[in-house]
Formats: sequence, C-alpha cells, structure tokens
Amino acid sequence: MASLWRYLLAGLGLAALLAGILAVVYLTAPRSPQLAGPDTSRSKTTANGLFVASFEPERGVIRQGELQSWLLTLKTVAGAPVEGAAITISGGMPQHSHGLPTSPQATNYLGDGRYRIEGLKFTMSGWWQLRFAISAAAGSDTVIFNVVL
Amino acid sequence: MSRMSRLLALTVMVVLAGCGKPEFSDAEKKTIASLALSALPPLKPDTTNRFADVPAAAALGSTLFFDTGMSRDGTVSCSTCHKIDRQFQDDLPQAVGVGRTNRRTMPLAGVAHDPWFFWDGRRDSLWAQALTPLENPLEQAGNRAAVAHYIKARFGERYERIFGLLPDLSNVPANASPLGTDAEKAAWNAMPDQQAEDVNRVFANIGKAIAAFERSIAPPQTRFDRFAAALATGAPPQGDDAFSAEEIQGLKLFIGKANCVTCHNGPRFTDNSFHNTGVPPIKDLPPDRGRIDAVAQVEADPFNCLGAFRDGDAGACGELRFMVKGGPELIRAYKTPSLRGAATRPPYMHAGQFLSLDEVLAHYSKAPASVEGTSEVHPLQLSDRERAALVAFLKTLAE
Repeated sequence: MASLWRYLLAGLGLAALLAGILAVVYLTAPRSPQLAGPDTSRSKTTANGLFVASFEPERGVIRQGELQSWLLTLKTVAGAPVEGAAITISGGMPQHSHGLPTSPQATNYLGDGRYRIEGLKFTMSGWWQLRFAISAAAGSDTVIFNVVL
Repeated sequence: MSRMSRLLALTVMVVLAGCGKPEFSDAEKKTIASLALSALPPLKPDTTNRFADVPAAAALGSTLFFDTGMSRDGTVSCSTCHKIDRQFQDDLPQAVGVGRTNRRTMPLAGVAHDPWFFWDGRRDSLWAQALTPLENPLEQAGNRAAVAHYIKARFGERYERIFGLLPDLSNVPANASPLGTDAEKAAWNAMPDQQAEDVNRVFANIGKAIAAFERSIAPPQTRFDRFAAALATGAPPQGDDAFSAEEIQGLKLFIGKANCVTCHNGPRFTDNSFHNTGVPPIKDLPPDRGRIDAVAQVEADPFNCLGAFRDGDAGACGELRFMVKGGPELIRAYKTPSLRGAATRPPYMHAGQFLSLDEVLAHYSKAPASVEGTSEVHPLQLSDRERAALVAFLKTLAE
C-alpha cells in the first residue's frame, strides 16, 4: 500500500515539475510579432480627402476564381452622392508582385453614387489590392481597398 | 529495471502522447478540403452553346472526335492527339498531327470548367477551341468548306435532327477558308457573304457538338480525394487511402513552403490563369511568347463569345470582355495546368520541356530567369528529400 502512495506521489511530483518547465518555456518564448494585416475596411476616405468610397461585393460574398461584380459607392465628405464619376481600376497582389488577372471596369451607374464594378476575379487566396482612380466634378482622387481571401 | 526507471519511462510516454501534435493544422485542413474533387462545383450550363447538354449533339460530337474524315489527308482526328486511353493526351513533347506542332497536347479531364483554351488561352470557349485544330495546317489541316461538305455527305441526317436544315452547299467551293492556303483564301473571299455565313454556321455547330461530348470527360476520384474525404470527417483513412509519412510531407510542402498551391489551387489544381514561370524555350521551335500573342487572336476569332455564332446573351462573355489585354506579365505566360493525373503523363510544360516531375521540381526549386519577360517564381531551395516527397504526393493525384 505504501509503495502505491510513493508511486502516486512521485508521479504527481514529476507532472508538477514538467508543468513548471513547460510554463517557463512558454512564458519566456519570444512572441512571434503579430503581423499587422492590411486595413480591410470596406469604407474609406480617398487619399486627398475628396470623397468617401465604399466597396462591397454585389452579392455579399466573395467567391475565389469566379468573375464577380462589386459596388463602389462614392459620396462627398458632406454625404452627397457623387454622380458622373470616371473610374479606372488597377491592382494586384503586393506579396506576389503581380497585377490583377482581369481588367475590371465600372460598367454602370446605378444612382445614389453607386457604380457597378464588373469583371473582378480573385484567382488565389491571399492579400489583394484594388486601386481606384476617381475623377468627378469635385476633382480627382484615388483610394486603395485591400481584400484578403 | 528499477521501479523508479519504469515510472520515468511511463511518465515520458504519457507526456509524449499528450504533446503529439495533430498531422495537419486547421488552416491546412481547410486548404486540403478546397483541393478535393468533392469541392468541384457541378458543370455550369454553357449558354453560348445551346446544344451543350443535348445528348444527340454529344453523341454526334463523340463520333466526330474520333473521325479522321475532316482532316486534309484523312488520317488525323481529335483523338489522334487526345488519346482516350491516355487521359486524352499523347505523351509527346509536342503534338503531331499532319505535321509537328510547337505545343504539348493538353489532357481533357474537366476541360469544360476552363474559361480559356490552349496553353495561351487563344480561344474562349470549348466549342471555339474544337474548331481551331481542324484548320491548323499542322494538326488536321482541313478547311471549313470541306468540313461542311463532308458533314452533309456523311452525317447530314444526324446533323439536321440536331441543328435543323443544312444550308444549300451546292455552290460552295470544295475547299475554302479564311485561314487556309492562298487558293483556299481566294476561294473564301470570292464567296458571297451569306454563303460564308452558312458555312461558318455549320462549322460552329461542329464545334458545339464536339464540345457537348467533351463536357462529359470528368476527372476521376484519386487516392488523394479519398484521403481528403477521410481527413474531413476525422475518420482514419482505410487501407490504401492512408498516406505514407513521405506523402504527408509532400502534401504539407505543396500547400506550404513550396507554394505550389498559390497557382495550383482549387479541386482542379489550377487557378485558370496565365503565368510566366521561366520555362525555357525549345531551340528548334518557332518563337513562342505565350499569352501576350494570344490576346489579339482571341479578339479576332469570329467564333469568340462576342461573335455572331454565340447562343444566349453577351452576359456570358465576361472573361473576354474583362480580359487583361497587355502588359509585361503576359509575356511567356502560359496556363496553369491541372495536376490531376499529371504524374503519369510526362513530359511536362507547354512544349514538353521537362521529362520528369523531378525535373519540373528542380526547375521550380532553382527558379531561373525567363528568357523574355519576368518569371513569377522565386527560388525555393528544396532538398532532395523534399522534392521526392512532393513527387510522392503528386503521384496520389494519379492513383
């Protein structure tokens, strides 16, 4: 009987020692720096502050590898819809140093500052950048949206 | 053995069992699931070809696929290079039809899921693709007027049951095409517009029938798919479906350090896009610049999605409307091929440059500069063991 207690005690002692060692290792291990992911907000003020741009997938979801359309909504800082804007789109994957696999275009003005952007395609997972050059009565400005798949 | 050392051994075993990490992380499991055949969506209807899912059209298409009668000398059919018992390819570095071409024959499993056809994407639909070899002087070397006459004589009744009445071809020259020999071009240019359109219509329908057949060629389940299915349910893979340690290492490299999955993604292991990966040209072949030269070709093709022979509306033409038309990235860019079945069909790359998967991996590991344009691949420094593991994994996609 006594020997069983000795076993149990020794087992507990070893377990406690191990827990202690593990705790020391984990607590003193250098933290891997938290990579600050790109800003993926879907609504932004343009670079020179002329417009507020919002960018949303038209059907709500992003599907990798499929052609899709998104809506770009342009408002003035005061909140008025921006009409008659000329929009060009470029972009790519900064970490792979390549551009977009398609040439998306603004194909339709839907009213209330909303423009349909057609021909977007995300062929791989990762960090994508879309840059919009916007030209309207108030002037020209740019905005970059990050999409992470 | 003393009691103490037995106790120690027991403790070590317990600790090791507790620390044994799972084979795949959650992120890896998600990627593996995205590669499984079960993730392949059902084939979308092809609205540009209203015969795409008509069984009689597919039946005629399969007859034509194996028929040598549309070639100039009556010896070459689609199946000459797309061999049915060889994954619909021919094991040759460059395809040989009437002459020797400059490109590797592509296999056909799952081809109907592609947005672009040929290594450089110079056609934008399966039916437009099927027409091109018929008139290529190095492939079937036929011409569309001769094809129309042949169809009327040989398959007239079957054709009319599917596509409606054949046009009057009695005044159509025996041989004529805008892409043929000088004599064929002259004969084509002398034809009235209506007659040329009639011939083009018959020709387009031939492509639509062959495409309807090709839609049925689907990629088969592989050992990898069974392994992935077991991994997804958490049940241990049964018997042969279990992966060896080397195959698991290869799979982890494929979706991790080796970056293969960046382009070879999704259940067909392709992003359906074009990339310059620094694959060297072959010395005695004509200059080949890949995608950059294909853009003008697909735009000029009268059978493209925006042309007069498309069925349905232009809403299906997004790939063509929004394609990238220029830029240095298109120079020597070629389509990412599917890797399903690749292990058993060497040689590799667009002109059969590499004789084995080991040569392919040696190329990607070293990542040499492209002779023109810029390679997207960065050196990997894979060890011999890692390369062997990747090959072992790729073999599971062909078993």
